[in-house]
Amino acid sequence: MKNMKLRISQSQGLLIAITVFVLMFTLYITNHPAGLTVPVATTAANKAVLLALVAMAQTLPVLTGGLDLSVGMIFILTNCLASTIVSGDPLQTAFGIVVVLLVGALAGFVNGAIVVYGRLQPIITTLATGAVYYGIALLIRPVPGGEVQEDLADFMTYTVFDVIPTSLLLLLAVVLIIWLPFRNSVVGRGCYAVGSAEGAAYMSGVSIDRSKLAAYTLSGLLAGVAGLMLTFVTFSGEASASIGGTYTLNSIAAVVIGGTSLYGGAGGAIGSIFGAFILRTIDDLLFVFDLPPLWQPLFQGVVLLSAVSLGAARVFRIKNRLELFN
Amino acid sequence: MQKFLKSIDKPVAIAFGFIIVLLLAGSLYSSNFLSANYLLQQLQVAAFLGLVASGVMLVILLGHIDLSIPWLVTVGGMMSTAAAGWWGPEWAIPFGVFCGLIFGVINGLGVAILRVPSMIFTLGINAVAQGVMVLHTGGFAPQDHATDLMHWLAVERVVLGIPNAVFIWALLGIVIVVMLKRTPLGRYIYAIGNQEGATYLSGVNTKLVIITCFAISGMCSALAGVLLAGYSNKGYQAMGDPYLLPAIAAVVLGGTHILGGRGSYLGTIAGVILISLLQSILSVMQMPEAGRQIIYGCVIVGMLLVYGRGQKVLG
Amino acid sequence: MNEQTNSQHPDKSRETAPPFWQMQGITKRYGGVLALENVDFACERGAIHAVLGENGAGKSTLIKIAAGVVAPTEGKMMLESREVVFTSPQEANAAGIVCIFQELSLMPDLSVADNICMTSPPGRWGFINHRAQRRRAEALLAQVGCEDVNPLELVKNLPLSRRQMVEIAKALGRDPRMLILDEATSALTAADVGKVYDILRDLRRDGLAILYISHRMHEIEELADTCSVFRNGHHIETFAKGTHSDNEIVRLMIGREYTQIYPAKPAHPEPPAPALSVRDLSWGNRLKDISLSVGKGEIVGLGGLDGQGQRELLLALFGVLRGVSGSVEVDGKAARLSSPEQAKSKNIRMALIPEDRKSEGLLLPMSVRDNISMASIGRFTKGIFIDRESQNARVDEMVERLSIKAGDNELPVGTLSGGNQQKVVIAKWLMTEARIILLNDPTRGIDVGTKQEIYQLLRDLADAGAAILFYTTDYDELIGCCDRVSIMYDGGIMRELQGEAINEENIVASSLNISLDKQSSDGEPRP
Repeated sequence: MKNMKLRISQSQGLLIAITVFVLMFTLYITNHPAGLTVPVATTAANKAVLLALVAMAQTLPVLTGGLDLSVGMIFILTNCLASTIVSGDPLQTAFGIVVVLLVGALAGFVNGAIVVYGRLQPIITTLATGAVYYGIALLIRPVPGGEVQEDLADFMTYTVFDVIPTSLLLLLAVVLIIWLPFRNSVVGRGCYAVGSAEGAAYMSGVSIDRSKLAAYTLSGLLAGVAGLMLTFVTFSGEASASIGGTYTLNSIAAVVIGGTSLYGGAGGAIGSIFGAFILRTIDDLLFVFDLPPLWQPLFQGVVLLSAVSLGAARVFRIKNRLELFN
Repeated sequence: MQKFLKSIDKPVAIAFGFIIVLLLAGSLYSSNFLSANYLLQQLQVAAFLGLVASGVMLVILLGHIDLSIPWLVTVGGMMSTAAAGWWGPEWAIPFGVFCGLIFGVINGLGVAILRVPSMIFTLGINAVAQGVMVLHTGGFAPQDHATDLMHWLAVERVVLGIPNAVFIWALLGIVIVVMLKRTPLGRYIYAIGNQEGATYLSGVNTKLVIITCFAISGMCSALAGVLLAGYSNKGYQAMGDPYLLPAIAAVVLGGTHILGGRGSYLGTIAGVILISLLQSILSVMQMPEAGRQIIYGCVIVGMLLVYGRGQKVLG
Repeated sequence: MNEQTNSQHPDKSRETAPPFWQMQGITKRYGGVLALENVDFACERGAIHAVLGENGAGKSTLIKIAAGVVAPTEGKMMLESREVVFTSPQEANAAGIVCIFQELSLMPDLSVADNICMTSPPGRWGFINHRAQRRRAEALLAQVGCEDVNPLELVKNLPLSRRQMVEIAKALGRDPRMLILDEATSALTAADVGKVYDILRDLRRDGLAILYISHRMHEIEELADTCSVFRNGHHIETFAKGTHSDNEIVRLMIGREYTQIYPAKPAHPEPPAPALSVRDLSWGNRLKDISLSVGKGEIVGLGGLDGQGQRELLLALFGVLRGVSGSVEVDGKAARLSSPEQAKSKNIRMALIPEDRKSEGLLLPMSVRDNISMASIGRFTKGIFIDRESQNARVDEMVERLSIKAGDNELPVGTLSGGNQQKVVIAKWLMTEARIILLNDPTRGIDVGTKQEIYQLLRDLADAGAAILFYTTDYDELIGCCDRVSIMYDGGIMRELQGEAINEENIVASSLNISLDKQSSDGEPRP
């Protein structure tokens, strides 16, 4: 019982995020003209899962104390690639999916390798590699278009048993197959250690290089899953820098709202999922409450700015100003 | 002369070297590459990038970064044309720059006082600026035509056929060089970029310096937007998007260290000219946008690997 | 080299068996500073070996070398007669040498169990078996008598003394054959200290070799079988417990050779006008109701062990800390100190020579001139521009006055030696014509010659009317330089010494929190 209480108090950030999401979603549904119907839930789920996956991708480098400004670009890169090769008979489709995921992971690995072996700052590295990935996406899809295996796309974007949106199941599968095992692995815990206190982690024998490489590579993989899902939702590929940029910024906000510290060492992908859900619901609420569409980008921008500044609360608790400069 | 030559950083020299290489390579491709007219045209286009790069260089010298450039440029372009419509043409340029100042100051407050990492805060401000612009254009129909003055500044050539825009860049450049080398503010900027803690302990008001630099960067971006609007005769959405990466690339290529504390304006000039030449050659070769993006990214990473490496963590 | 093992010559094992752990001819140089010089050291299994010495004696360097954190410049180490070389802490651990440092190796955001089992957690195929990990952590916590610590609790939520116990539990979990503790009890509560004693005695009985570094005499008396004294990077003597009295040990630590020559102290017939008056200064739980004053022309020293709040006191006075309560008066007028900029201002004119010159006092890549002028640029402006000529002239004067050896004043300050770098920091503040000068351990890691120059400079400044507050870990300096000395302990002023009472016995005694014979004490102990 004592352990239960402890675990709850340690997951405060996550629990708050879940509560806020539930409240907001309820508000949305009750004000939606159609109410909680399957199509409404499925549409909401599809959009939310896209951002949730990208937010999960962003979480990993953030845990190590870094940041990935290229997740949005890996997202659209894999989207464009998928719109080219994920089609045809089941074997070709499966092969295409595997290639897309590998490309995502490879992009992440390149990020990690430059940060670890090149010893460059993650922010400027991923800003630059993001441009490269965007360029490659443009090469693959100079104009929006392409196709994707229709039956698979239909399946992924509708429901299972006529009730549960498949996208939610995909998200669940990703959490169970990728996130939780990683969280419980030595390498995964190493990421938290590196983010919390890199020097102490070194003294304790954690392989800093391996943890960082794993974090960035897995991040690319998750962004690849998101890109794949985007292809299913839109039935096409589009190399849009603005979509990529928006997803990158939103993923950072989702990570912060979900309770992961931008300084590393604390938090997790599940919080980021709910952070993403909250952001998406805010968008939907704007629509449902008939906020004039012209005000929406400003509102969203302010929400994002406030979200990423949340971490600033730390500043007011610091008693020795010299600590601010590290 | 000797001392001047000795004081030039290696990266700056390399940058100028590359400029010469590119010019020669270009001249092989087309004979009028080295003509005065063509070169002056290049300088004119480079001037816009130069304005943006000047502002962001100060921020990078501090050890920070300004990712709000894209929409602050747009703010400059659209707010100046709008002001001309609301209040009259004499208000266009001042108001455009003033809007850039406001956003820049907000950037500075977020970074210096809230201590939100600059890349995140400016990214958020970029989104807010976009929101403000969407709001602005959507409703009533604002004037989006540039004033005659703006056009004249951006396009015309008055003295010796040198474009006016280049003079504006040169003027800004002189102000910045003088500020960096001969004023206390300049000294403090380098100091903060080296070690903010030690600078703070020397009794310097580091917060004010940071806010000032972000304010200047905002104004520079907005000014570039004003001139761009003059060039194309109107302000339009997303006019600033093509400037972020090239501006950072130009600053980094010019030898300014990405972590701050080191860099000279001469290098930024070289970087801007280099990037502009690169852009121009790529468009002559009809290189698609895809190729450009890839080349920018690789160039930044490449330069950083050569000059900007960090320390390995020890126990 | 006698390589006979116990099994071959059991009857000769007592006399000829080589020590378990040996360090021979160890020298460690950091730049121009000798941290250790030609040290021979050995310790045995099944014994607690205490290492004593003042700050800067070389104890920390010695154990860092033993623990694989740094490599020696010269010399070798032998474990059970086999030479060993460590290139990382992991290699030392693998050989069975585990060290508990003062700066803990814990990750604050992770749980106790995760921290304890960070290196090789239980589990298969790269996964962590959390239940087994928790059980192992519980067992180790029980071993150190901390059953009340929940293994799932995050380390950052534990008080410092508990964290130190977790660090000890973690070290035990690595199955050490030699355990090194560096001031491992400095943050512990009295109850926990008792538990640590018991653990160490148990480990001794189990045959571990234990190296124990501490300043606290009573601990040494409780635990140690053997003691080694270090001074100025040299190994002075190793002796069995009980062979020397406390006074003798203190003398060994301090040494009789006074190689320093200090400038003469003026007689102060009546107390000088206070330039700086502090009353009831408090900050969190690090500074508790501190009251002191520094007069014009006085050099007041702050003494005591590391980490008793001296650093925080100086930072508080300089305006760096938030949430400081109490009152500070400068020249009789109340002063609000909320930033270094204010502290530097015309009305107050305070200066701080900070603790770490490389990261807090200097901008290493910038030139000597730029560094020296950094705090006083405002004085050399013509309009909005810097008047380079007058600034450079003044800077060059300062360089002359302090005899800073820099070659060219435009060279980066990072190229100077430690002593000259420190002089640049001091020069920077002299340029502001400061009249209250705070110094945070200014002669740490500096050569003897420069130290003398700094002492003379401080006395000259005091004679010219400056008020100087000077924290140092070197007892010699407190005695030689200061007109008055305040010893700090646990965030408060423990004792103030004046005149004849400033001597090594009183200083060491107050710092170590023991009371020696009272014959030479003239100071007044604080309640």
